[in-house]
Amino acid sequence: MAALFLVFSTVFSTAPAFAQSTESSAAQAAAEAPKKVVFAWLSLRKDPRYTRKRTYARYLTGALGRPYQGAETAIAESRFTGSAIGVEFSLERFRAKNLDQWGETVAKAVDTGARYLILDAPAQMVAEAAALTRDRGVLLFNISSRDDALRQEGCRSHLLHIIPSHAMLMDAIAQYIVFKGWRKALMLTGPAPDDARIGAAFERAARRFGVEIVENRPFVFGNDPRNRDRNNIALLTAGIEHDVVFVADSDGEFARDVPYRTSQPRPVIGSGGLAAAAWHWAWERHGAPQLEKRFEKTAKRQMRSVDWAAWMAVKAVVEAMLRTQGADFPEVRDYLLGKEIILDGFKGNRVNFRPWNRQLRQPVLLVTHNWVVDRAPLSGFLHRTNNLDTLGFDERESLCEFDRP
Amino acid sequence: MTRCIHLAASFSDRIRKIPTRMSSLSAFAILLAWAGVCQATGTGYLFVSSEKDHSITVLDGENYEVVKRIRTAARPRHLQFTPDRSRIFAACGEGNAIDIIDVASLTLIDRIEGIDDPEAFEFSPDGKTMYISLEDDAKLGILDLDAYFRARKEKPDLTVAEISDDDEAMDEDDEDEEEEGDEGDDEDERVVGMTTVEVGEEPEGILVSPDGKTVFITSEVANMVHVVDTATGALKANIVAGTRPRRFALMPDGKTLWVTNELSGSISVIDLEGSKVVDTISFEPRGFRPEDVTPVGITTTSNGATAYVALGRANHVAVVDIASKRIEDYILVGSRAWNTTLNRSESRLFVANGLSDDISIIDTASNRVLRSIPVGRVPYAVLIDD
Repeated sequence: MAALFLVFSTVFSTAPAFAQSTESSAAQAAAEAPKKVVFAWLSLRKDPRYTRKRTYARYLTGALGRPYQGAETAIAESRFTGSAIGVEFSLERFRAKNLDQWGETVAKAVDTGARYLILDAPAQMVAEAAALTRDRGVLLFNISSRDDALRQEGCRSHLLHIIPSHAMLMDAIAQYIVFKGWRKALMLTGPAPDDARIGAAFERAARRFGVEIVENRPFVFGNDPRNRDRNNIALLTAGIEHDVVFVADSDGEFARDVPYRTSQPRPVIGSGGLAAAAWHWAWERHGAPQLEKRFEKTAKRQMRSVDWAAWMAVKAVVEAMLRTQGADFPEVRDYLLGKEIILDGFKGNRVNFRPWNRQLRQPVLLVTHNWVVDRAPLSGFLHRTNNLDTLGFDERESLCEFDRP
Repeated sequence: MTRCIHLAASFSDRIRKIPTRMSSLSAFAILLAWAGVCQATGTGYLFVSSEKDHSITVLDGENYEVVKRIRTAARPRHLQFTPDRSRIFAACGEGNAIDIIDVASLTLIDRIEGIDDPEAFEFSPDGKTMYISLEDDAKLGILDLDAYFRARKEKPDLTVAEISDDDEAMDEDDEDEEEEGDEGDDEDERVVGMTTVEVGEEPEGILVSPDGKTVFITSEVANMVHVVDTATGALKANIVAGTRPRRFALMPDGKTLWVTNELSGSISVIDLEGSKVVDTISFEPRGFRPEDVTPVGITTTSNGATAYVALGRANHVAVVDIASKRIEDYILVGSRAWNTTLNRSESRLFVANGLSDDISIIDTASNRVLRSIPVGRVPYAVLIDD
């Protein structure tokens, strides 16, 4: 015992003056075995959003690959935070073979004790996962579904949305149209249910910001001459006065063909030409190029919105743990959802979660295939408390009612 | 004053032509005398780095006319005089180099190549060591300049110090990337004399303690200030600061360190003995919301009474009374005020406005902007040779 004491006192007396100052609780925690924090990654083995055809085509609003490497990038850059609070972060992937097994996969992930579930799944799967995990003491992070209903009637208090909603993206588009004075928009909407959702979000944004939609014309794919008034872009855009063409095309295959094929020389916006995105590789401010480089080193490809959202989900949890100095779930959750948290999305503004629907408020980038033209909210679009809330459902428009205990 | 430099420059040109029979010693003595005069007065020139022009703009200190644009490697950002003030070192992030500029002749005379994305740097008090934040590598680079130049046999590498066209810089970058693509290890590209210390992602602001024993470096991503022992390279402490910590100012007591937090819109006041944040100063200029305030650059007066803090997108400089930590004034400047520099007499404060491509010149007696001067694209830092 005496010898042990001697050893300790020797260590302290020879250590530099700083050693004593690092005797914080965090340092003590780090000295013990690090606590493991697992992010559970949930996805579908077959997800039409990530088919090779789609990722190869590089549609303006689509993904370039599965986004889990965004989360891996965030984990890699959290090692100092982890060691400061005595936590080791890791990512574990759970893949559902098909839609029927989704519930089982979610349950399996929760049963491993994971508290933070990152969902890379379509809206229906996200809603299902949220319903299944209501009382399980977990937080879900939606990183790829832009569906507005998930933020409105379908909201859940433990379901956080990192990816901007269609409403947020379309508000950014409408702000840009108004900013440019292109008040008359001709709308082209595709046949897919998601096309209709984008279209509805744009109609809402147009009402909010005063864009006149001169006509909404449905488009279809194909070369059938009998359908040419709906598949021929020149005809689709002819015979009506307009300043800008808006395309609602969730896939992007049609939208990419619209610029330069319009009957009149008009800019194209929406799913082709100029689009709204959470992230773009060409964004060059606020440390963005450094994040882009880190991601590209791991993923060997450029970063897109869903990759950024995966990265942001992990970063949000890590920041909450850093500020609460530990991994106590209720504390971390409350801080994460609270007003105080300041998250860095590498897009300039500090970002955090809207208390009324758990959507991450954030700037939205207006992008072409190789450039970021602007960043919304555009200057002049003001909100009484936070200009970021000019994008998406504001508190007063919210239909979200949490099932509070 | 300007004259002095021209004379010195032309003299050094002439010295090469001095016949060999003339004693080199006496020539050296004359040169020294000239050099002495120049250093005592300074030229008053302002040196402004522009991130997007790949150049440093030299402005006359009185009429602010452009004297010269010195081309550098791609994306010069942080600038520092060597302790003897005869040279300016410029960290060129995309050129992966530190460019060295001769103050007397206003020319690029040398380049330290192969430094991956240097952002900010500081010299040790004796000028023999450079501490560099290596943004992409998440490392603090410690470069022994004697060892580095010895390995180069003391010869300036003029081949690499040629003016870099944008295209040249691009070609180099591409080559680098291809090498990395081959899964080649970065290790063999190591710069002689350089050691590194691993820190949090995106290291940025850097400060050497006056005794040279400690280096402070921020990590913008880990939201930490790392305290590094320069003798051993060991991390002595990791202090959690605000969000996206940027630049430092050491207070006159030597025990208090201020660090600007870009995203929290504040300054963390760090007690170095306890290695923790003891106070926070928030900025709220009128008409701006907290989220629009992004403080970065900070400069203190030599008497330790006042700190000037550039508030980034809030387009203001805050004047802070250090003793009371009270904000005394907000001065409206250009767009995205980034770095600040005081002249020697502290009568003028120069502010680099990154998004309006100009610098604001503030009269510190009245806290008013006297003029704004257009410079290159995206000005980053200002140095004054006075």
